[in-house]
Amino acid sequence: MSERPELPRLEFRDPARARELVEGLRLAVDRVEGPPITLMHVCGSHEQAIARYGLRSVLPRGLEVIMGPGCPVCITDVPEVDEAVAIARSGARVATYGDMLRVPGSRDSLADAQAEGAQIDVVYGVDQAVELAKSSSGELVFFASGFETTAVATAAALLAGVPSNFSVLCAHKYIPPVMEIVAEMPGSRIQGFLAAGHAATITGWGVFEGFVRRQGLPVVVAGFEPLDILAGLLRLVQRIVAGEATVDNAFPRCVSKDGNLRAQRALWQVFRRVGGCWRGIAHVPNGNLRLRDEWAALDARLRFRAEIASMARQAPSALVSRCVCGEIMAGIASPADCSLFGRECLPSDPVGACMVSMEGTCRIWHRYGTRTRPSDRVGGPR
Amino acid sequence: MKRSSEARIMLRHGAGGAAMRELIEEVFLPGAQPLSAGIGLEAMDDGAALPLEGGWLILTTDAHVVKPLFFPGGDIGKLAVCGTVNDLAVMGATKPLALTCSLILEEGLSRSVLERVWGSLSESCAQVGLPLVAGDTKIMGRGEIDGLVIATTGVALAPRPISDAGLRPGDQLLVTGTLGDHGFAVMATRHALQIGSELESDVAPVHELARIALEIAGEDLVAMKDPTRGGLASALTEMARKGGVGILLAEPRLPIRPEVRALSELLGIDPLHVACEGRIVMGVRAARAEALVEALRRHPQGRDAAIVGECVSERGGEVILETGFGRRPLFELDGEPLPRIC
Repeated sequence: MSERPELPRLEFRDPARARELVEGLRLAVDRVEGPPITLMHVCGSHEQAIARYGLRSVLPRGLEVIMGPGCPVCITDVPEVDEAVAIARSGARVATYGDMLRVPGSRDSLADAQAEGAQIDVVYGVDQAVELAKSSSGELVFFASGFETTAVATAAALLAGVPSNFSVLCAHKYIPPVMEIVAEMPGSRIQGFLAAGHAATITGWGVFEGFVRRQGLPVVVAGFEPLDILAGLLRLVQRIVAGEATVDNAFPRCVSKDGNLRAQRALWQVFRRVGGCWRGIAHVPNGNLRLRDEWAALDARLRFRAEIASMARQAPSALVSRCVCGEIMAGIASPADCSLFGRECLPSDPVGACMVSMEGTCRIWHRYGTRTRPSDRVGGPR
Repeated sequence: MKRSSEARIMLRHGAGGAAMRELIEEVFLPGAQPLSAGIGLEAMDDGAALPLEGGWLILTTDAHVVKPLFFPGGDIGKLAVCGTVNDLAVMGATKPLALTCSLILEEGLSRSVLERVWGSLSESCAQVGLPLVAGDTKIMGRGEIDGLVIATTGVALAPRPISDAGLRPGDQLLVTGTLGDHGFAVMATRHALQIGSELESDVAPVHELARIALEIAGEDLVAMKDPTRGGLASALTEMARKGGVGILLAEPRLPIRPEVRALSELLGIDPLHVACEGRIVMGVRAARAEALVEALRRHPQGRDAAIVGECVSERGGEVILETGFGRRPLFELDGEPLPRIC
């Protein structure tokens, strides 16, 4: 990234440029008749920025941007949380990213275990977890969640060496395969994907070429500033209007075609791709990252096999089986279609992950107390 | 099947948001003897106001916990005094009369830590001219409490109580200084983050700012609140709900330090959800807003004071943030602010 020019910090937060892009979007969308153009992003950070800057309130009505399975908290599967809870209850210290704390397993979350006395540490990165292990005598398990971006950090930490009381409960996921799953879901209305810029800094935008060929849907790689997102959406709409299925790189200041080869080497030195379930979505072939056999000594699943096994017999709650978060994340269903929404499933006591995450669709709907889209309400008549 | 969280007190019940309000409504309020006149528990204001002949007795009580005990810009002793003084001040009582203080200490606590905290607490009282008139000390076994907890009660007189429920459409909203400094300074220290290491907590007594506001705006000062736990978002949501108004908040006008912005983007925590310990949110009739902000800016603690929003008759109980790019509802926090993964 050495060729990256030095830019003033606010270049990508210029409200005047944003208004121009919104106007461009409106003109492009207006040229399309029929149902709204439906796009999906697959990144919690995109949703965060869209929500943070209130972008949905200015998007044209003929454009719908759906949040896909890109919130790493939301798609961490129930058994993965159960494993973390079981390890925490066995007396080991568990270090986790903060927003995983409240994600429910089949019965309890890490926050529940913490309230009962288990030792849970919220960390900002894997390095902090390694430091915790160095300063403590007992076992420390890092509950490793997130996509390519955080997985590379985990890989780098292992390659740099960790103390013997440190192990990894790996729940890392790999984004590209799930886009195929969502695109192929029966009833899918998605016409294009906004891909996550930070993950693409590692994988490169070239990773999406196969997807575009197979699915015939355009992909635009975009960054996270408000102008990045608006520019990415505009390019996507232009491709749809023109009927072109290509990969566009709307984040060239960070993303190249091949990506960060060193990071990729680290990633695949430590992890292998295996099929596995994403919460609510389905079995995703090659969607889970797990430690390679060479790293088995640091695998918490092996180190705590007995503790996890004792917990695994717990029957999943009947509530969890009624949750439709998967369909919601796929853009096929809305919270109105869920029998739990607003009843058994509440922000204070979530059943599904879409109610846990601040950016989750159910959480957002619940806060409005209505069954309309946020963009219809903000600024609109009551 | 009930999850254990429903049967237990969780950290979020102490975060100053919806969970805490529900706990008060469901557990504490039902058996409480109501107050016949004045502002009592059911108002869930920063303190109580009891009518006296020719004035009001303002009363507030707080328990103080913070980890670490010492942080840039302050410590738990200073925090305890300021928290109490500020709750009185935002109720309109700017000359605190007396403070009581109970300490619960953990067996094994270093005596020098206690002396440092007590020194700081005494110094803060001296700064405000606040006599400490009664106290209590209890010791709990090692591991039964984390170091040190301070509980304080403050009393003062006020000619008229200012509630946090007085907003009407058209009123302007002011903040007296930068937002989120305390919360992020504590977080940066707690987690030894390199970035933000110069950041100091804003913990300070705000009674002088409140006094200026009462002098300049008089009856036109209609609401005050200190945006502590839950930050500005929680304070404004509560004020909007109680006043039955909508609040439009202009994000570009919010005074936020660059270090706080950087930390907030790094951690994914909104500065508007993070505690201030030396700031006031004020609601004032529009005609007096400019004069008030100018007067506040002349005080060293009010240099960054700004008009940040206004009340409207639509969308009662809601706070809408105008970001400069679009608008979004601003919610109070459901629990502790937690860092996001990516």
